[in-house]
Amino acid sequence: MEFVTPEGLRQDGRRPRELREMRAEIGAVSKANGSAVFEMGNTKVLAAVYGPREVQNKSQQMSNQALVRCEYTMANFSTGDRMRKPKGDRRSTEISLVIRQTMEECILTHLMPRSQIDIFVQVLQADGGTRSACINAATLALADAGIPMRDIVTSCSAGYLNSNALLDLNYVEDSAGGPDVTVGFLPKLDKVTLLQMDAKLPIDVFEDVMELAIEGCKAIATYIRNVMLEHTKQLEYHRDG
Amino acid sequence: MLHNKSFVKKTKSGKVMKQVREHYLRDDIYCGASICKKCDSSVARLGASTSPILVLDTNVVLTQIGLLENSAIDDVVMLSVVLDEVKNKNLSVYNRVRALCSNPLRRFFVFSNEHHKDTYIKDMSGESKNDRNDRAIRVAAQWYQNHLGGATRVLLITNDRENRRKAIEEGIGAETIESYVKSLGQTHLLDLLVQSANEDANMEDVEDLRPSKRKVLYSEHKPMSEITSGLHRGIYHQGKLRVNRYNPFEAYVGSESIGDEIIIYGRTNMNRAFDGDVVAVELLSRDQWHEEKSLTIADDEDDEEEDVHLVPGSADDAPRAASVLQGSSGDSSSSSPRPAGRVIGIIKRNWHSYCGSLDPMPMPAGSGGIAYALFVSKDRRIPKIRIQTRQLENLLDKRIIVAVDSWDRLSRYPSGHYVRSIGEIGDRDTESEVVLIENDINSRPFSSQVMTCLPPLPWSVSPVDIANPIRQDLRHLNVFSVDPPGCKDIDDALHCTALSNGNFEVGVHIADVTNFVHPGTALDDEAAQRGTSVYLVERRIDMLPKPLTEDICSLRADVERLAFSVIWEMTPEADIVSTSYTKSIIKSSAALSYVEAQARMDDSRLMDPITRDLRNMNALAKKMRLRRIERGALTLASAEVKFQIDTETHDPLDIGMYQIREANQMVEEFMLAANVSVAEKILKHFPLCSLLRRHPTPTKEMLEPLIRTAVAVGLDLDVSSSKALADSLDRALGDDPYFNKLIRILATRCMTQAVYFYSGDLSPPEYQHYGLAARLYTHFTSPIRRYADVIVHRLLAASLGIFKLPTLFLDRPKLTTIADNLNYRHRNAQMAGRASVELHTLIYFKKRPTDTEARIVKIRSNGFIVFVPKFGIEGPVYLTGKSEKQSGEWFVDEQEQKIKKLDGSITYNILQAVRIHMEVVEPQPNRPKLQLTLL
Ligand SMILES: [Zn+2]
Repeated sequence: MEFVTPEGLRQDGRRPRELREMRAEIGAVSKANGSAVFEMGNTKVLAAVYGPREVQNKSQQMSNQALVRCEYTMANFSTGDRMRKPKGDRRSTEISLVIRQTMEECILTHLMPRSQIDIFVQVLQADGGTRSACINAATLALADAGIPMRDIVTSCSAGYLNSNALLDLNYVEDSAGGPDVTVGFLPKLDKVTLLQMDAKLPIDVFEDVMELAIEGCKAIATYIRNVMLEHTKQLEYHRDG
Repeated sequence: MLHNKSFVKKTKSGKVMKQVREHYLRDDIYCGASICKKCDSSVARLGASTSPILVLDTNVVLTQIGLLENSAIDDVVMLSVVLDEVKNKNLSVYNRVRALCSNPLRRFFVFSNEHHKDTYIKDMSGESKNDRNDRAIRVAAQWYQNHLGGATRVLLITNDRENRRKAIEEGIGAETIESYVKSLGQTHLLDLLVQSANEDANMEDVEDLRPSKRKVLYSEHKPMSEITSGLHRGIYHQGKLRVNRYNPFEAYVGSESIGDEIIIYGRTNMNRAFDGDVVAVELLSRDQWHEEKSLTIADDEDDEEEDVHLVPGSADDAPRAASVLQGSSGDSSSSSPRPAGRVIGIIKRNWHSYCGSLDPMPMPAGSGGIAYALFVSKDRRIPKIRIQTRQLENLLDKRIIVAVDSWDRLSRYPSGHYVRSIGEIGDRDTESEVVLIENDINSRPFSSQVMTCLPPLPWSVSPVDIANPIRQDLRHLNVFSVDPPGCKDIDDALHCTALSNGNFEVGVHIADVTNFVHPGTALDDEAAQRGTSVYLVERRIDMLPKPLTEDICSLRADVERLAFSVIWEMTPEADIVSTSYTKSIIKSSAALSYVEAQARMDDSRLMDPITRDLRNMNALAKKMRLRRIERGALTLASAEVKFQIDTETHDPLDIGMYQIREANQMVEEFMLAANVSVAEKILKHFPLCSLLRRHPTPTKEMLEPLIRTAVAVGLDLDVSSSKALADSLDRALGDDPYFNKLIRILATRCMTQAVYFYSGDLSPPEYQHYGLAARLYTHFTSPIRRYADVIVHRLLAASLGIFKLPTLFLDRPKLTTIADNLNYRHRNAQMAGRASVELHTLIYFKKRPTDTEARIVKIRSNGFIVFVPKFGIEGPVYLTGKSEKQSGEWFVDEQEQKIKKLDGSITYNILQAVRIHMEVVEPQPNRPKLQLTLL
């Protein structure tokens, strides 16, 4: 398969180092303390945050920090394939864990002892890069809920096909079976907090791909900051008005 | 700018699903015209010349790719919509177009119209895919017209009438490819145009000089649906058609469904199929299986004479055994008839371009410069091809390339078109290029990507190599090499040290090519594709670039080199006590020629270490060889010819048989032993993915001609096993000193060639190498010039745990493809080598008519085939003129293998010695051939 033409265009018309179009909306679920919808191309994820609130199961309560929980689901209509997936399948459990660990890393949990923060993420539409979209949505929802964070965390994937490092793979590119790297990144601290890779890569290629994914994270961070800034402005405008 | 394309797609389970794909439209796709002021001109390819910019539609690209490859056609815009369609319809054309687009010397520019914000079009409801794409092409052409604003003319080239009409309506300049090419005023370009079907009618005129020829000559091909169901029901059989190289009116279709070869007799039954086509065959009724034989040659007037050619090196080079004695009354052999059939449909065409020349013909008068000519391919398996040309006079004495376009039921011959000319017939460089093209040999210089994979020169063994724990330092050993004189790509060297226990340590050191050629690199891909170096008489086409073959890898004298070594401890009786394998560093102390090595061994005054080791090795080799022969290895004779070439003119100065000396045999013996040891080692570690070499046991049928000859001369040959055959060959001694060698040469040509295979594809009993009487065999000793050895080096390194086997080795179908390619390349390299020798033989005898002795090796109805030992060639000697073929006063006795004059005055027996005259004649202008006549 030709994923990049000799003219340097991908099948969907992007160049290798381009992100898909992003869209974000803060506050989609009014009942939650914070929520956001985040889209990367045709991948669309909803995140809702409840908390900090009282720990439901007292045995899990921690005296020195907050308990972070995460539940990941995929809407049955998200892939267009009407296959019913059980809620607790292995993939969901694994992604839930990845998201929880990544978010826990940037939440200042010690400021909220004996409390619980619940993060719900649901994939509404899947077209590659769902994991990254979930993390980006969760970041926005946490910020919306006013949960103290040391930095925002953003995520992006990059892969390697036809001897080209490709940023932000869509479903078709993702299914090509090439190596792909998902990175979670704290932009202000310039720190990688998540790195997942599902195929072997020679080290020099890996460095390129990883660097590209970090570039992507930085671009997403800029976008997310702008969205948050815009949102804050709007809130101020409403309050003032 | 974003646009979501949605479409429905059927899933594997048959459900229909709506799919939504993102489709980004861009404003940074440039037009590629260097005169454009609006776009980034750094990527511009289209010239500033006054010629128009051409936008081609898909069909023009698909049918006229040969024309596009001519440099007269330039300033072409390839739209991405066209490229996608071409890719779906014909991958080979796509690759050729892509090569044009990336060729810096050509002005072809790819315009990604489907992602440009102004040229992307949405599907309209009710519009077919074709109509949509035609519209996209027009929109793009219009965009160019507007964008360039009249600075250059933009022309849409399409042969689709409807599309052209719409274009002109929309104000776009549009022309057919024919009218555009005509407007260029270069007549030779017109020959390159592929004739469309309706113009084909005119071409019939060539043959129609003879009336009543316009009748249906061939039966209709069955439609694909009927073929499929017929195959399903077992009434048709599918297989690849292979035409007999020595009798183009006979073909074979290997059919899995009936587990045998189906013979197709005659062009009518072949029904327009070409060699290599995948065809569907219907069996003829049983009573027709035999009769058909009489048609074999009498098919039509273009029955060609047999040419003088090199003595076959194996059954693959030799004519098939079937029915050489047409016209003889002797009852046919007892073997049951083989199934015969006829082609009823063609599943996959194998048409490509062919190399050859035009049938000599007079210049036609008053046809407006257009002539119809018949093209004769060098490859005799290909029928003559009719072409139309405006430059007949210019082409008659040229070697040209012609491509096939069509073959309808009314035409005796397929129609094609001229592609290019190579040069003058008979010119050595031209003919050498023909040899390369015919055998699909890539002789282009290595690309810059390949060259960048080479280590920088001057290269030498580094301290890192010496410190490397996987490498043994063997520089202290007295290593030397023995090769043909002037050999520059030395891939093997030897050593032999006497041990204190009376045994010998013998080492075979092979150039460590895989230290420099790494999997997945451009260098490795290129070498894998080439498969082998090719040796022509006057030049060598390397598998690897020269810096590797002649310097870095070559185990030259007095320089340190990296090697892969097989080291045995052997008893003085040449029994192997132990074997070890290691990467090493060696320093050869001498690069000897066979003659030098032989002279040293023969000169009893010499006592130096090299000579001492040579003698020890020779003693061991003799014992090894004896043992191998006792096991039943065949010592077959081949007639290898050697030329002495004038360094200036490159013309052959002298010709003679290659002399085999003890020193050759000694080196060969140790190489065989190393190959066997390596085969055992790799198979032990990788039972499923070891690359081995097998030589199938010849079938009784294949040995038939040998047995027939033997019976005729009163020799009893036992062919029940290789051992039995070897023994009876040894016993085959006559009064004639040359008799034994002759019988061996005849035996050699009955054997097929050895082939490469992966161990997982066959079962262990099939691994056997018949000729060497070896249970296992592989190729390890020539990695500089054979890719099989490169693979085997990687396997051996992996079995020692010093190299990780690439994942490729887990991919069984891929491995089979690799082995197939190696066999194909190996075979082609050999054929090219033979063709090159034949070419030089012809050049040599052009100035030197010669009388010499020859041997009769085959009886024909009108003469016999002789073998000329001195020059390693064979060819026909006619006793009667060609025209009186059947009616001569000669009579063939098939049983006794002799041809007699009816009055009994003269008799020629098989294997009899005759004196002949050899001379180059030109029966037709520019068609020189070597003729043998009886003295
Ligand atoms: Zn422009």
